[in-house]
Amino acid sequence: MERLLDWTFVVGHMNYWLFIVLMMTGLFIVVARGNLVKKIIGLNIFQAAVFMLYISIGKVTGGTAPIYPVDMQGHMQVDPSIIYSNPLPHVLILTAIVVGIATTSLALALTIRIREAYDTIEEDDILKIERHMAAEDNKEHGAAMGGRA
Amino acid sequence: MSAVETQHVARDLMDQLPVLQVAIPLIAAPLIVFIGNRKLAWAIAFAASAAAFVIACTLLWQVIDGSVISYHIGGWAPPLGIEYRIDALSAMILMLISGIGTIVLPYAYASVAAEIPKKQHTLFYALFMLCLTGLLGMVATGDAFNIFVFLEISSLSTYVLVAMGAHKDPRALTAAYDYLIMGTIGATFFVIGLGMLYMATGTLNLADLAERIADQGINRTVRAGFAFVVVGMGLKVAMYPLHHWLPNAYTFAPSAVTTFLAATATKAAIYVMLRFLFSVFSPGFHFEDWTLYLIFIPFSLLAMFAASFVAVFQTNLKRMLAFSSIAQIGYMLLGIAMLNATGLSAAVVHMVNHGISKAALFMGVGAMVMYSGSAFFDDLKGLGRKMPITGAVMVAGGLSLIGVPGTAGFISKWMLVQAAFENGWWIIAIAIMLSSLLAVIYVWRMFEVLYLTAPSDDCTATDPPLPMLVPMLILAGACIWFGFDTELTLGSARVAAEGLLAGSAGMMH
Repeated sequence: MERLLDWTFVVGHMNYWLFIVLMMTGLFIVVARGNLVKKIIGLNIFQAAVFMLYISIGKVTGGTAPIYPVDMQGHMQVDPSIIYSNPLPHVLILTAIVVGIATTSLALALTIRIREAYDTIEEDDILKIERHMAAEDNKEHGAAMGGRA
Repeated sequence: MSAVETQHVARDLMDQLPVLQVAIPLIAAPLIVFIGNRKLAWAIAFAASAAAFVIACTLLWQVIDGSVISYHIGGWAPPLGIEYRIDALSAMILMLISGIGTIVLPYAYASVAAEIPKKQHTLFYALFMLCLTGLLGMVATGDAFNIFVFLEISSLSTYVLVAMGAHKDPRALTAAYDYLIMGTIGATFFVIGLGMLYMATGTLNLADLAERIADQGINRTVRAGFAFVVVGMGLKVAMYPLHHWLPNAYTFAPSAVTTFLAATATKAAIYVMLRFLFSVFSPGFHFEDWTLYLIFIPFSLLAMFAASFVAVFQTNLKRMLAFSSIAQIGYMLLGIAMLNATGLSAAVVHMVNHGISKAALFMGVGAMVMYSGSAFFDDLKGLGRKMPITGAVMVAGGLSLIGVPGTAGFISKWMLVQAAFENGWWIIAIAIMLSSLLAVIYVWRMFEVLYLTAPSDDCTATDPPLPMLVPMLILAGACIWFGFDTELTLGSARVAAEGLLAGSAGMMH
């Protein structure tokens, strides 16, 4: 009879479990935290989880670094008996890391501007100010349209 | 040398068009920043997008017979190298995006001058070019990871463009922040999906992915990958429950940006969705059919009614049009979910027709806002009479939005209804007509404010200067023109839909 829980499978996929834990942690922070900077940190954890997923994909069991030695003439010495890890996911994730940095810096820049405009970076306070602004808009423009925006 | 040369498929300029399409705006962006002159910045941006438009037209002309152009970046053959793949569908969307970009720029010159502080003008044009690059790249490329990179290029520049509205209203900043968080989650979901597909197949080339998935069949990894890709792109498309970022972003962004985004950004995302639904996966797979029937159809119907209903009660014209966009995206997704050639052509043709109508409407609002200072209905009272040409443009756009016969919007809705009848779904056909009635109500409210109320006595509004009028007139003309002459839009859409279905039919067995 097949065992209900295959421990070698569970432990062997440790990276993927951690990926899921990290991903959910990140997403939870983005959703649950009201501080704009904390949201960005959550987003970063979320993205880092994806980096981990990709890096894990690239690992081949028993594989070594995918670097071919070069002989004196500059020809690559490819030895078919050696197992190499897959470098492609690593390269892909380099791109994604760069994108992540760009996103983070843009988000932080926006946060600075929001702080300048609203004098707070707490979502609740910002929402309160925006509701107030919407109410003002309503008072000013809504009367003509039946009093609502 | 000869060995190297034979690897290159592209020999002359004509063969390089697919990459030039993306490269020209990409090079224009840093060029604008380096030169740093406001007037020159506009000229470079306009020249680059006009060039992209000409290239897109040439490409469409080359593939309208149903052929496919495959361009190998750097001469590296796919699936290892990155491939740019142009067929009727992608050429059509490329033409829409670059065409709208070219038309928006003359309008943007005056509109941006009124809405954005002077020192940000050059950066505005640079970002506009980057956004154009990203959107064109998403459509031109045939490599899944490349789509992600271009998606992020366009998204990051879009966030900044939206935030540039902060000069008028600080809420543009929070709108941009919200959009950034949602957009990044969407793009990251997309990457997770790609990772899973790569895990299962070992390739990232779209055509190769399709082949390998068809060969090895479906497993749980592929299914999970599919789900992540659809949800991730759904966020970018503003598919109904994932649309939260859209109304604020459209309302508080500068007029020129709203016009450009409303007409292009969601369309490029729908294009990617189509590619994954039909070219990579195929409707033969059970889980995809059920996704379309159980998720796409109910949510598109909800979008058509709920978003239109919300639109009826808006006091801000820009916000009303934003909600109408969410509803119209519902029509497109509904067309896709019908899973027949007519429905697909309807979806594709509606992408173009709605893009044109919405661009005309948002341009009209932008021109009025220049005089009234806000897009609130009570500030726009009687402006249709004071600005006769702008008003006429908005009437044309509004009628096309409803789908009145003789306008572009009618063609796509008619096709959609036909597609519903083809499947025997008469309830859905009735739903399409009922939701159009909601569109009648909100468009009528716009007409009422613009024409049937008296303008204030001290209102000095006149039609905007010629560089703003001409783009508006071109778009309004297109709204009418494509309502009568459907050769270009419907013809290409049919070829595109057949291409999509043929691509998937080959994989079903």
